[in-house]
Amino acid sequence: MGDQAVFESPHELDFPYSRSLGPTLSAFMTGLRDGQITGTRGDGGRVIVPPTEYDPISSAPTEGSVNVGPGGVLTSWTWIDKPKPSHPSDKPFAWAMVKLDGADTAMLHILKAPSADGIASGMRVSAQFRPEAERVGCMADIAAFIPEEGS
Amino acid sequence: MSEAREPVTMLSTPIHLDYHFVAGDSQSKTLQGYLEGKFIGQRCEVCGKVYVPSRGSCPTDGAPAREVVELPNTGTMTTYCVVNVPFAGQNVEIPYICGQILLDGSNISFMGLIQEIPASEVRMGMRVEAVWVPEEELTPSLASVRYFRPTGEPDADYDSYKEYL
Amino acid sequence: MSKFPELTSGSRPIAVVSFAQAKAVRADIAHNEVEMLLPVFGELFAKAGITKDDLNFICSGSTDYLIGGPFSFVMALDAIGVWPPKPESHVEMDAAWALYEAWVTMQEPGKDVSLVYGFGKSSLASDLGKVLALQMDPYTMAPLWPDPTSVAALQARALLDAGLATEEDFAEVAARNRRNALKNPYAQVARDDDLATLMAEAYVASPLRRHCLPPITDGCSALILVAGERAYDFSDNPAWITGIDHRMETHALGARDLTQSPSTERAAVEAGVAKGGLDLAEIYAPYAHQELILAKALGLGADTQINPSGGALAANAIMSAGLTRIGEAATRIMSGEAKRAVAHASAGPVLQQNLVAVLEGAR
Repeated sequence: MGDQAVFESPHELDFPYSRSLGPTLSAFMTGLRDGQITGTRGDGGRVIVPPTEYDPISSAPTEGSVNVGPGGVLTSWTWIDKPKPSHPSDKPFAWAMVKLDGADTAMLHILKAPSADGIASGMRVSAQFRPEAERVGCMADIAAFIPEEGS
Repeated sequence: MSEAREPVTMLSTPIHLDYHFVAGDSQSKTLQGYLEGKFIGQRCEVCGKVYVPSRGSCPTDGAPAREVVELPNTGTMTTYCVVNVPFAGQNVEIPYICGQILLDGSNISFMGLIQEIPASEVRMGMRVEAVWVPEEELTPSLASVRYFRPTGEPDADYDSYKEYL
Repeated sequence: MSKFPELTSGSRPIAVVSFAQAKAVRADIAHNEVEMLLPVFGELFAKAGITKDDLNFICSGSTDYLIGGPFSFVMALDAIGVWPPKPESHVEMDAAWALYEAWVTMQEPGKDVSLVYGFGKSSLASDLGKVLALQMDPYTMAPLWPDPTSVAALQARALLDAGLATEEDFAEVAARNRRNALKNPYAQVARDDDLATLMAEAYVASPLRRHCLPPITDGCSALILVAGERAYDFSDNPAWITGIDHRMETHALGARDLTQSPSTERAAVEAGVAKGGLDLAEIYAPYAHQELILAKALGLGADTQINPSGGALAANAIMSAGLTRIGEAATRIMSGEAKRAVAHASAGPVLQQNLVAVLEGAR
């Protein structure tokens, strides 16, 4: 049969999902739409951000909604010099873990800065929200975190 | 501060993923066959069954099915379904018939479109033949086969296809 | 001498009697998943001297996300032959967890011989990192599309910030694993790197350089488990699973201390890792810094050789790489090269789930 072709073809998947949030995440996403980051209280009153329905260690139900941020501390980061098409920024940026003021856990988002120089864990950063008209109730309502003045 | 609004209860999370599908060595033999206007299957080295499309392995024995077999254009329609329900993207006029085609010399049926016969006259055991697209339109896919139509031969004996239902 | 080593986990002694794997490659363009598995099963059954008719149970690990299609594991059964029908199961996880399911199932007498296998073609996704970002929380994290390398880099940064490791330590792990892989004919990336060259590489996601990352791999592996004395019908020196356990971390990334692996520590205790010496450890650490975290969590001493196979930095066939760690450890027990070994598998970009197995030879 001679040299035989092995065939390939492109295969694209689209899942246009909408997810129902439930009360805990609804409070969080509603807060984001309204320009406020919130968490919930777990064991010993520790504030979990983003909120979870149950305490991550004990599995006891969490309670209430607590305002946190918009400023906080960078607890970890990674500089992405060559963003992928799937990344939330097309210019170089950092992924960031941010422990917001009032929170006891860190939240994943992105940090925009001119370069990796001057980024260090422990620095203060602040959430930059999108304009009110663009916010719908999702993590992208925060456009990015940026270094706080004087950081 | 905005006036109080309804809480957000839903989150839209659209997902788009790109892959490439790799047919692999065996399936490619069938696909190459379509490109050449023929049906290609492969035979199991243990039980001797011929599978089309070819799949490289016999699902019964787990043994390689490597021997290449060219199959004729004729076969028996073992069973069928008359489609009456319209759906988005449908490009065949309803009602139309989906048939399971058992090509002569093969041991597994596959789905094909049946045309050139009113839905009310279709029956199990009907002898059919493939109608291919013009040579310049052949591609390495089942789309190279436009449809199957009755040959006019007497219906196949039930015993000849009852194992394949 | 006792036929079976003392068990920490379970009540029935269960052993690995045969293991086989495909050579790990960047992309196996000529073969689909069934065609990759067929020769591996052939080799496996021949080595063990069995046919599919001897099997009581079949369990596999794979994921639809790699192939982009539903029920993708079903086609793999073509490579085994499904008549007469057998009890069969599947986990949407690395096949190390399929082994765990088989081990649990085999605690019941009558379920004596199992086939466990894993497979995956990571080459099919145009952007593997994007597909794997879907492992993260679907509400608060996945919509940002954080790929595993980015998330792993956050963990590596945390290690540096805590003073627990240096970037040179990461390079040393990478160099040592890929050097070990020179002796492994199934490994994909095997070479002798010098540290200065590695440290001169640019960051991919700081502080991770290219050498800290696993390769993208198409591959598969399989093994046979047998319960009780019958294992000696298939192997002179079966690799007995004396302990096995798996635990997971909280899903909430920011609620974890990424520099530690408490789930691995707990699984190690439950599996009885510290009950004896360890000749070797096969650890599933796809990112170089993770080996440091896991070696500590497993309590490994300086006399335990880590990843003689080269580990995941040399070949990362997602969905079978964890099973392969168990298989590589088992192979060295069966050959007599090692008497007692620990094998580890993980799932998730920052060690969200961890499985620990202790394997021992009785001879």
